[in-house]
Amino acid sequence: MAEVSVVENDRLAKARELVALLEAGKDAKADLIIEELSENCGDNELFQEVGRLTRELHEAINGFILDSSIGDLAETDIPDASERLQYVITMTENSANTTLGAVEACMPLLEHLEKHSEELTDEWKKFKSRQLSKDEFSVLSLQIEEFLTVVSSDSKALHGKMSEVLMAQDFQDLTSQIITKVIALVHDVEDKLIGLIRISGNKSPTDKKEHGKEVLEGPVVPGIEQGDVVNSQDEVDDLLSSLGF
Amino acid sequence: MKILIVDDFSTMRRIIKNLLRDLGFSNTQEADDGLTAWPMLQTGNFDFLVSDWNMPGMTGLDLLKKVRADPALSSLPILLVTAESKREQIIEAAQAGVNGYVVKPFTAGTLEEKINKIFERVG
Repeated sequence: MAEVSVVENDRLAKARELVALLEAGKDAKADLIIEELSENCGDNELFQEVGRLTRELHEAINGFILDSSIGDLAETDIPDASERLQYVITMTENSANTTLGAVEACMPLLEHLEKHSEELTDEWKKFKSRQLSKDEFSVLSLQIEEFLTVVSSDSKALHGKMSEVLMAQDFQDLTSQIITKVIALVHDVEDKLIGLIRISGNKSPTDKKEHGKEVLEGPVVPGIEQGDVVNSQDEVDDLLSSLGF
Repeated sequence: MKILIVDDFSTMRRIIKNLLRDLGFSNTQEADDGLTAWPMLQTGNFDFLVSDWNMPGMTGLDLLKKVRADPALSSLPILLVTAESKREQIIEAAQAGVNGYVVKPFTAGTLEEKINKIFERVG
């Protein structure tokens, strides 16, 4: 019994020393003690395996913490994505309002044209079947002249409104470019989460993200830092004229 | 006046096509990126190229460089219509020999002004 107690005391002392070494960050010496302890234990392989797994887990977690892109994701990219999506809402809303506004402006013009052309058609039919007096024809003639002037000016107004509707569709190109960027971000987050799962499964995460590749920034989004960008066509023109254009 | 419109978004191609028609240019054709545009440019006898920058396959900038490097096409007037707004990109396009640069979103007036300016210069 006395012999057992000596062994126990020895292991206890070693265990304390191990804790002290680990706390002091002396990993190499700590590893030696772990080996000594595990040799005495008799189940050497199991201990070595646990040791190996512990080291891998430690390295994987450290690697994950050192991956600065995770910090960027949380601090910049996700808030940026919210801003970008907010901008998509603003752009689509503006486009819808412009289109609806133009349609609302066109409707009365069209109704007016339709009503007057019907009235004139009725009168014109009477004239053709010789049902109009000379005076009535003079009135009709004036009405036709007036109507043609209105058709001309209303057509111009309609054309202008149609152009507004046309231009309002530019949101599709721009919002798609913005949403594509957000989708890329979602994939990036997915990759990081897969990395986390790999750590918990004791496999090293792999960073699939390509670095150093030229990235086109796409549309300017208000409130997002995108580097040295121009904010209007005027600024483009100024820059080009400074280059001799 | 035969014009090639290059953009990967068909909506934007339609917008530009309609604006050009309003300006009196109804002879237009479309391509969805530089790769599709290149063979059309070589055989199509185009007088003017309106292109986006960011496209899959071949970007507008690469198409611009390819056109400038080709003896038969090098003098073709090129207008970039793009969302790319970095100063360094505009400078890069200028150095590559672009004739005009319009940032999206743009107005019908801006497009008209830039096109007129290009034709005044080219003569």
